[in-house]
Amino acid sequence: MQDSHAHPQLGFWRKYVFSTDHKVIGLQYLITAMSMAIVGGILSLLMRLQLAWPAELWPSLERLMPVAFEGGPMKPEFYISLVTMHGTIMVFFLFTAVLTGGFRNFLIPLQIGARDMAFPFLNALSYWVFLLSCIVIFSALFVTGGAPYGGWTAYAPLSALTAIGSNQDVGMTLWLAAIALFTASGLMGGLNYITTILTMRTKGLSMMRLPLTQWSLLITAILGLLAFPVLLAAAILLVFDRTGGTSFFVPAGVIMNYQELSYSGGHPLLWQHLFWFFGHPEVYIVILPAMGMASDILSAFCRKPIFSYRMMVYSMVAIAALSFVVWGHHMFVSGMSPFLGSVFTLTTLLIAVPSAIKTFNWLGTVWGARIRFTSAGLFAIGFVSLFVSGGLSGIFLGTSAADIELQDTYFVVAHFHLVMAIAPLFAAFGGLYYWFPKMFGRFMNETLGKIHFWLSFIGVYAVFFPMHVLGIGGQMRRIYDPTSYNFLVEQQPVNVFITIAAFVLGATQLIFLANFFVSIFAGKRATENNPWKATTLEWQTPCPTGHGNFGPELPTVHRWAFDYSVPGAPDDFVPQTAPAVVAAKH
Amino acid sequence: MADGKGPGRMTLNGLVFGVLMAVLIIVSLWLFIGRPYWFPDLASVHGADIDSVFMAVLVVTGVAFVVVQGLLGFFAARYGAQGGERAAYWHDNPKAEAFLLIVTAVILTVLVFMGQRVWASIYFTDAPADALEVRVTAEQFQWSFHYPGPDGVFGRTDNKLITATNNIGLDREGDPAAKDDIFSLNVMHLPANRPVKVRLRSKDVIHSFFLPHHRVKQDAVPGMAIQIWFTPNRPGQYELACAELCGLGHYRMKATLVVDPSQEEYNKWLQETAAQQ
Amino acid sequence: MPVLTEEKKHGGVIAPPREPTGFGNGDGDDAAGGSFPVSKARVAMWVVLTAVTMLFAGLTSAYIVLRGVPGWQHVPLPPLLWVNTLTLIASSVTLEIARRSVLGNRQQAVKLWLGSSGVLGLGFLAGQVAAWRELVRAGVYLPSTLHSSFLYVLTGVHGVHLLGGVIGLTYVLWLAYQHRLTPVRHEPLRLCSLYWHFMDAVWIYIFVLLVLG
Repeated sequence: MQDSHAHPQLGFWRKYVFSTDHKVIGLQYLITAMSMAIVGGILSLLMRLQLAWPAELWPSLERLMPVAFEGGPMKPEFYISLVTMHGTIMVFFLFTAVLTGGFRNFLIPLQIGARDMAFPFLNALSYWVFLLSCIVIFSALFVTGGAPYGGWTAYAPLSALTAIGSNQDVGMTLWLAAIALFTASGLMGGLNYITTILTMRTKGLSMMRLPLTQWSLLITAILGLLAFPVLLAAAILLVFDRTGGTSFFVPAGVIMNYQELSYSGGHPLLWQHLFWFFGHPEVYIVILPAMGMASDILSAFCRKPIFSYRMMVYSMVAIAALSFVVWGHHMFVSGMSPFLGSVFTLTTLLIAVPSAIKTFNWLGTVWGARIRFTSAGLFAIGFVSLFVSGGLSGIFLGTSAADIELQDTYFVVAHFHLVMAIAPLFAAFGGLYYWFPKMFGRFMNETLGKIHFWLSFIGVYAVFFPMHVLGIGGQMRRIYDPTSYNFLVEQQPVNVFITIAAFVLGATQLIFLANFFVSIFAGKRATENNPWKATTLEWQTPCPTGHGNFGPELPTVHRWAFDYSVPGAPDDFVPQTAPAVVAAKH
Repeated sequence: MADGKGPGRMTLNGLVFGVLMAVLIIVSLWLFIGRPYWFPDLASVHGADIDSVFMAVLVVTGVAFVVVQGLLGFFAARYGAQGGERAAYWHDNPKAEAFLLIVTAVILTVLVFMGQRVWASIYFTDAPADALEVRVTAEQFQWSFHYPGPDGVFGRTDNKLITATNNIGLDREGDPAAKDDIFSLNVMHLPANRPVKVRLRSKDVIHSFFLPHHRVKQDAVPGMAIQIWFTPNRPGQYELACAELCGLGHYRMKATLVVDPSQEEYNKWLQETAAQQ
Repeated sequence: MPVLTEEKKHGGVIAPPREPTGFGNGDGDDAAGGSFPVSKARVAMWVVLTAVTMLFAGLTSAYIVLRGVPGWQHVPLPPLLWVNTLTLIASSVTLEIARRSVLGNRQQAVKLWLGSSGVLGLGFLAGQVAAWRELVRAGVYLPSTLHSSFLYVLTGVHGVHLLGGVIGLTYVLWLAYQHRLTPVRHEPLRLCSLYWHFMDAVWIYIFVLLVLG
């Protein structure tokens, strides 16, 4: 690693493990999140096995997991704990972590022209707390009684009543502890991100010259700040319901084993309101950085400015603001007042408008472009397609009358996987291929990258698109054996198709993992600072960027981040640092 | 082909992407118009309205889907990089954006109104006076159905009276109105073409009363008594599923709904069931 | 280590750059050079306060919602809570006096009034624990009624946050003893008092809800 300015030599541990350098911390988040992705992915493949062949015996799995497969077929309690842990791990420990912890940490100081975050020690601490939270959630898979099984949404009273069954005891407690730790880590991180972007931008970098990646990271840091503490509040109340005998979420008259339990006065819907008040902004916390990154990468590989940068910024702000007033669309059939149902339909369809604007703008970026189809560029274009598919299915669910039939079915599963999991995953892949040389000084293998893209693109559509149909046919969520319902038997071939596609998709990711890790050590070396000829500030640093990021002088910014194909300019891009003499627009 | 104008080069990647978008469009047209699998056959009156809201959204989103994915594929194929040629530099068109924004908002507003009319007809409209009433109690992992019997009055229920044989705690001894009440476990009968009010309760955790053929779904929440109503209009045997994760046995928490072709056959079932209690 | 030339970054530090240490240097990062008018530490404090606000907003909105459920039983509040409230208000007053003292460079007064705030803060916390014990003696426990549940939870969560404030206050007091609080540079004191007054306001809000509930 080159040092950009003189600095006392640190030992191995201080440099690569207990580092306060934002780039190292960012990579630590990335690697940890990738590990959690593998765990979460394996859990989902086990789920898919059960859904495709419900009565099947799995002797080899029984040897590996004797408790879960006792007697041959998967046990029902194992299935729903798989569902719970898969959702929890993926939503928090992969998607929130990789896009926020990973890319945020790596990119913020680099793209704003700073040497590090505002509070590097706190930044490092946020990673170690995150790692601890990962260990805690992982351990929930192995405790006696097993992992919790109330879904990642942990609706009360099921999540509050430990009296029900052993699985909800230690496992659920660990779940709550992991979420609390994750929240603490996220808030420490958010503190850094907001402070750094607001106060440490280099000279000339006004807010409206920031790359969209930075806007998205700032906005989502603010969203996280406003949303996660509400989840923490709900979790605190739930802990007391479970262990303190309180009745926040449990009403009077609950009967277990013919006995009325002693709770009184609580309301199950309160949990849902609190959870979704957090939960809805949470999904935008996942998708907005993906939108920001994909926009910047798309622009770079289209060699064309992003269409209507201003509206891209405003629409992100609008989406973030509106995300706080749509949460009830998760609760249309929950027993919430139908009047509120009407209100939430209105606000939900309202939030579709800025998302539509962004889609038009992506199309407007590709129109008239000169596209360089690198792996990163392909993933950025693929992101647009996937977001459109997932976003459109949301309109069905946001229309309360249509939601009655679709709520709690695989239609919802299809929708949220496409928008919240797959589209952000593609943006993350794009980001990894794109910034790999900046991180490691080498390239990932392009051929393998393209194979990874095409197989994954086809694979994700093969897995998730048919799920819309399953949901229309009425297949409920979180059902251990769909074939036990006559009305679902005829669509079972779709489940089989999806499972096979899922295994192919999973196997494809091995190509990516091999490519990623081997390229760190043996990839083609990056010999120049700016191999992609991009405009943003990180490309002014060496590949890989050294400690301190920039040379003795911090850069000065003279223009926005999208001067590609400027007429009359000597090259087909003008970096942000180029002075205003060259046809600058902003 | 020149700097900033006209199409670029059709590259292999661009072409493949374009072809995949075409395949995606064709597959989705097959799935949503050809319909190899679709909604369960409709069996209720208001279900038709719900299905028509779905269709309206399908048309709108379908058109948007085909146009956007199609354009994306087309542009990917058409605008590949050509040597060192520059792309177009234009990147703003306030009029076009305003137009698209307004069109989107108008279309979505129309959808909201269409949907809200149906929503109101379900939730803001009282059940007709001649509606039957059935009280449904959900618990881990079975459904209990309570009918008022010939006197038309529901007998009192009390949690303290709940036993293994008296699921809902019906006070047969103490309440005269309860003597003729009818209780059924996991089997529900309804007469065709008569509106029915369902009052949902739960004994323990949240469950959900889901009749896919009838387009009925309502969570049963402990501590709440939630009423919905609908009119089954096709005789037959249907499945009732629980649609909210309620514990280990959630997947097998199903019941049977039999819609009797006539009021007489329904009454006959009631009498037979009463005789067994 | 070669000394780097002084940099004026947008919204950055005016003082000579040094190895980033995390919590800023001891004498605070109150120089707000460049286009962003607020210092790093102050932005960070507002971030923290926003998160804390949302935590209490979540808890108190639950309180307000459940207050409307029939069967709500109000438990009598120990009168000690009123005393504690006055103690906490007094601690804010003394902290404000400390801040004015630093502006007037009255270093002894600064230490005295900072110390008083710390003592009053600890007194508040001790008083809260004593109030809990009074409740227990009266047979009012965490699960007794929803009102008592919220009483314990809200005072507990608030107490934890105030304890954090006491720790911060102790640090500022240490800075005072190190002669690192000057009339011109005393950002840690300003930030600490911002946090403290905020927690005071949160307490009053919680207390009003508990009294009226």
